[in-house]
Amino acid sequence: MTSIAPPAVGFDPRALRRRFPILDRKVHGHNLVYLDNAATTQKPAAVLDALRSYYSTSNANVHRGVHTLAEEATGLYESCRARVARFVNAPEARGVVIVRNTTEAINLVARSWGATLSPGDEVLLSEMEHHSNLVPWILLARERGVVLRHVSITADGELDMAALASLLSRRTRIVALTAMSNVLGTINPIAEIADAAHAVGAVLAVDGAQSVPHLPVDFRTLGADFLAFSAHKMYGPTGVGFLVAKPELLERMEPIAGGGEMIREVRLDWATWNDIPHKFEAGTPNIADAAAFPAALDMLEDLGMSGVRAHERQLVGYALDRLRGLGWLTVHGPLDPHRRGGLVSFVDPEIHPHDLAQVLDTLGIAVRAGHHCAQPLMRRLDVAATARASFGIYNDRDDVDALVDGLIAARKYFGLA
Amino acid sequence: MVDRPEVALDELYREVVMDHHRHPRGRTPLARVDARAHGFNPVCGDEVLLSVALDDERIAGVQVQGRGCAICTASGSIMAEMLPGRTVSEAETTSEAFRGVMHGTPAPADVDLGDLEALEGVQKFAVRVKCAMLPWVTLRDAIRAWRNGGTEATSTTEQEVG
Repeated sequence: MTSIAPPAVGFDPRALRRRFPILDRKVHGHNLVYLDNAATTQKPAAVLDALRSYYSTSNANVHRGVHTLAEEATGLYESCRARVARFVNAPEARGVVIVRNTTEAINLVARSWGATLSPGDEVLLSEMEHHSNLVPWILLARERGVVLRHVSITADGELDMAALASLLSRRTRIVALTAMSNVLGTINPIAEIADAAHAVGAVLAVDGAQSVPHLPVDFRTLGADFLAFSAHKMYGPTGVGFLVAKPELLERMEPIAGGGEMIREVRLDWATWNDIPHKFEAGTPNIADAAAFPAALDMLEDLGMSGVRAHERQLVGYALDRLRGLGWLTVHGPLDPHRRGGLVSFVDPEIHPHDLAQVLDTLGIAVRAGHHCAQPLMRRLDVAATARASFGIYNDRDDVDALVDGLIAARKYFGLA
Repeated sequence: MVDRPEVALDELYREVVMDHHRHPRGRTPLARVDARAHGFNPVCGDEVLLSVALDDERIAGVQVQGRGCAICTASGSIMAEMLPGRTVSEAETTSEAFRGVMHGTPAPADVDLGDLEALEGVQKFAVRVKCAMLPWVTLRDAIRAWRNGGTEATSTTEQEVG
């Protein structure tokens, strides 16, 4: 065991837990220990109430009606946009496109900004990307003859910054990187990378699916041109995600889906587009879930993202110490909690992650087992799969202790201890 | 709050299954390979590389390589042990009967599933059915490729109805 810092002051996971109805349930007779927050977080009662309230009092379609309900629904939908802009300190609310999820936001950049690329132009990615920040670019490469380059990772699971510098060139048009790896937990130096990308004339698109829910993120100081993230990983509903962008870039982009709401004027054979961000929001959007999301932002803003980060950094530090202390696990990613977010991937060399997760489930402990939608990274790490425990605001050391006890129980079950 | 019924782990990891998992059969390379397929489970990244030696229609040997969980490993091990000596069409009948069991249909009375019966409990763990089926999906594709005059095939459990 190395140094274990004391828990974050003024941060009370036990009290927070009471706000989440699902955390009361039992799984196989045990209290639920939910450690799959990188996949999706649980939802507080305030979000559930907001959903119910929307459908009970204000349900209507947005941006079209003059009646009271339509006005209220539009107000709630647009206030989600404004709240998200404030949460990440975006320059303007019109720079926030409401989409379904991070994946859709990245696809929007790849298809729309990507349409400005020519054969031989390069897109720079990394080995630690989620499939959602790999496959949209593979599609673009196939369509337009664009060349994909990938920054390697170091033995510690960090981006190889020397490799990044050598891969950046005047041919690089887009750099698309995760701010925090969903497998390794690595926090990447985005601001530094933004400067390097801009120096060669490229735009920087950031996959913020893991970073925005767990770290203070300021779009303006981050220096990114595009930032994608999902509400459901930050205690909000599924089905709502965001592309935050510099408005002047959105102005130059073509829509990738046509239909209602995204138009200004339509004739039988031509149309003009609505202003940003609406020109990227064809059809009736997910109004109810967008209307409910600010209740989650209220909670995060009350806690303060610095407090959230401090809590999760200390928790992951404790988890790293305890998991490594077992002696038999391979723990992936940086060992310094200051360089990683609140998740840990690990492998028991003698128990497949699926079998491990199965045993843990019978103890009420929910972890993820598999390739975490990062097959190239799994190959790089030379594993078929890993188990992953990922933390949220309601987790505490007792949850880590339960996990460790579960890992010991799994060894006993498989006759290894 | 609705609790799922208590599911006993021992239903999944029966003694026979654990024995095949700990001491997998069919790891030895074959002297001759007549059909080969590479199976992949995109859900978890597990892989099976299956090699089959044939004397006309009769299976002479099976080698299973790759990396998988206890269920996948046991299923492949049981396959490697039970198939030699059976004909290709008998192997297909076994495979279909096992697939039925995994989806809740009892095996026909005239099909002997042998040690595969120990995997019966897997059907209660929906996400694990693909683990048990991976070697068998791979076998089906190896046979199909061999029938079509080739030796190599690639399969994924996505063709398997979950």
